[in-house]
Amino acid sequence: MDGLTLIASGAEADLYRGRFLGYDVVIKYRVPKGYRDPNFDRAVRMERTLTEAKTMLIAMECGVPVPTILYVDVENALIVMEYVDGALLRDVIPSVDGSLRRRYLELLGGYVGKLHVSNVAHGDLTTSNVMVTSEGMMYLIDFGLSRVSYDVEDKAVDIHLLIRSFESTHYNLTKELVRYFLRGYTSAVGVEGVNIVVDKVREIRLRGRYVEERRVRGGGEGPIRSYV
Amino acid sequence: MIVLGIESTAHTFGVGIVEDRPPHIIVDRRVNYTPSKGGIHPREASLFFMSNASRVLKDALIEAGLTINDVDGIAVALGPGLGPCLRVGATVARVLASYLKKPLIPVNHAVAHIEVGRLLTGFKDPLVVYLSGGNTMILAFSDGRYRIFGETLDIALGNFIDTLVREVGLAPPYVVGGTHKLDLCAEVGGSFINLPYVVKGLDVSFSGILTAALRAFREGKYDLKDICYSVREVAYSAIAEVVERGLMHTKKGELLVVGGVAASKALRSKFEVVSRLRGVKLGVVDPQYAVDNGVMIAWTGLLMLRHGITVEPEKAYIRQRWRPDGVDVPWMG
Ligand SMILES: Nc1ncnc2c1ncn2[C@@H]1O[C@H](COP(=O)(O)OP(=O)(O)O)[C@@H](O)[C@H]1O
Ligand SMILES: [Mg+2]
Repeated sequence: MDGLTLIASGAEADLYRGRFLGYDVVIKYRVPKGYRDPNFDRAVRMERTLTEAKTMLIAMECGVPVPTILYVDVENALIVMEYVDGALLRDVIPSVDGSLRRRYLELLGGYVGKLHVSNVAHGDLTTSNVMVTSEGMMYLIDFGLSRVSYDVEDKAVDIHLLIRSFESTHYNLTKELVRYFLRGYTSAVGVEGVNIVVDKVREIRLRGRYVEERRVRGGGEGPIRSYV
Repeated sequence: MIVLGIESTAHTFGVGIVEDRPPHIIVDRRVNYTPSKGGIHPREASLFFMSNASRVLKDALIEAGLTINDVDGIAVALGPGLGPCLRVGATVARVLASYLKKPLIPVNHAVAHIEVGRLLTGFKDPLVVYLSGGNTMILAFSDGRYRIFGETLDIALGNFIDTLVREVGLAPPYVVGGTHKLDLCAEVGGSFINLPYVVKGLDVSFSGILTAALRAFREGKYDLKDICYSVREVAYSAIAEVVERGLMHTKKGELLVVGGVAASKALRSKFEVVSRLRGVKLGVVDPQYAVDNGVMIAWTGLLMLRHGITVEPEKAYIRQRWRPDGVDVPWMG
C-alpha cells in the first residue's frame, strides 16, 4: 500500500486514498472514540466494520452498486474498497437540472427498494451516503449501521432518515425529491409494499413527545402525507 | 420591556419575569409536582398546579416589586406537553392577558429551552442537544427555524433512565442531591455487559436497551451496578455519537446542552470529549435553568414580542405535540 492521502474524515472513520494490488482504492479506518468505554468502543468498531463489509456483498448480489471490496481487517476496523471517482448526491442535487435530479432520485429509490426487498436496511440513508459519477453511475456507501431485518420499522426508518436529510439540506426540494424517490422505490417493491412502508414512515414521524398520548391517539395525519 | 412567562407543560408550574436590559432575569418562581409513586399523572399534576398557580404568580410579582400592570406581555408555554398540565398555564395566561389587555405570546417549550440556553451561554448559533424526561432531540438553526436533525425513535432519554431505575427498585426518588440514581449506581460498577447499541443516522432508540437491561436484571446473573454502568455507557455513548455526527453534518461551532438530563456529570464528560475532538465550544445550561422554568418562557416571549408575534387569547390553543420546527425564530436571522 503506498501514497496514502487522507480524503475525508467523517464522524466515524478516516478515509484514505491509495493503491492496493494495482487498484485505485479507498481505505476506510474506523477511529477509536474517547467517549466510549475502551472495550465497548472496540466491539462497536469491529462490529460495524464487519457489518459494512457483509452488507456491501449482499448489496452487490442484489444488484445495488457499491464500491467493490478488496480487503477487510475486522480486528483493526479497516476496509479497503474500490475508489469511486464521483461526487456526493448531497452536493449534486442543488446544481443539476430538474430532469437529472429526477433520474437520480428514481435510481436511488430503485436501489433502496432492492435492498429492502432483500431485507436489508441501510441504517444511515442520507444524500451524503450516495455517490454519483460523471458518467451518471450511482453508488451507495457507508453501510456500518445497516442490518438484515424483516421488520418494516427498519425499512421505514431508512426513508424517514432520507426525508429528513432532504428537509435539512434541500428544504425547498423535499416534495419533489420524495415523489421521485418513491416512484423508483415503488418500481422495486410494488404498490402494496410501498403502502406498508409509507404508513410506517408516517407513524414514525408522528412520534412526538409523550408516549402516553401516542397510545391514546395513535394514527392520524403525518407530515409525509403532504409529500406523497 | 418586561415580560411575564408561565410554564406548565409537565411537572413544573413556573412563573418567570424578564426584561430587555441585562441581566434580564428578574424573578424565577416555581413549584414542582412529585408523584408519590410511579411516573407523572397528568391529572394529579394539573390539580396541584391549579391549587398553586395564584400563589406562585403573586409571589413572583411581590419578589420583583412589580404590579401586573408593569408587565408588557404575558408569555405562556402552549406546548409540547401534557394536555391537563398545559391547560392550567394556558387558562391563567389567557385570563391575565384579556383582563389586563396585554399581548399574549404563544411560546414553544422546546424553543424556550434553547433560547434560555443561548442567553446564559452567549452562544450565537449552536448545535443543540435537548435532553429531558420527555424529549431527546438534536436541533440547529437553519432556514428560519430550529430544525430537528435527530431524535429518539421511541422513548426519551430521561423517561428511559427513570423507567429503568424504577423497575429495578432504585427509585423513586429519581434524583438525590442533584445526581440521578442511574449515575449513583453506575459509579460503583465497571464491568461492561453487552447491550444493544442503536444509532440510526442522527436518531437513537432506547427501548431495546431497556428491554435487554431489564431481562439481564431479572435473570439475576449480573450485578445491578454493572447493569447500571453498561446502560449508562451505551445510552450516553449513543447520544454522544449522534451529537458528533450532528456537528459534522451541520458544521456548527458551538454545542449547547439543554434540558433536565443535562445535569449528569457522566454525560457532560462525554460531551467534553466530543467537543474537544471536533474543536467546538461546549455550553451546558446550569441545572437551575436546564430544568423546566418560567424564565425561559418569559425570555422567549420577550424575543417574540419584539418581533410582534402574539396571539388572540381566544385563539391560544394548547398544542400537545407542537414541534420546535413549526415555529419561526426571526431573531436568529
Ligand atoms: N469508495 C469511495 N470512493 C471515493 N470516496 C469515498 C468512498 N467511500 C467513501 N468516500 C468518501 O468518504 C466520505 C466518508 O465516507 P463514509 O463511508 O460515508 O464514512 P462516514 O461513516 O465517516 O460518513 C464520503 O462522504 C465520500 O466523500
Ligand atoms: Mg457517510
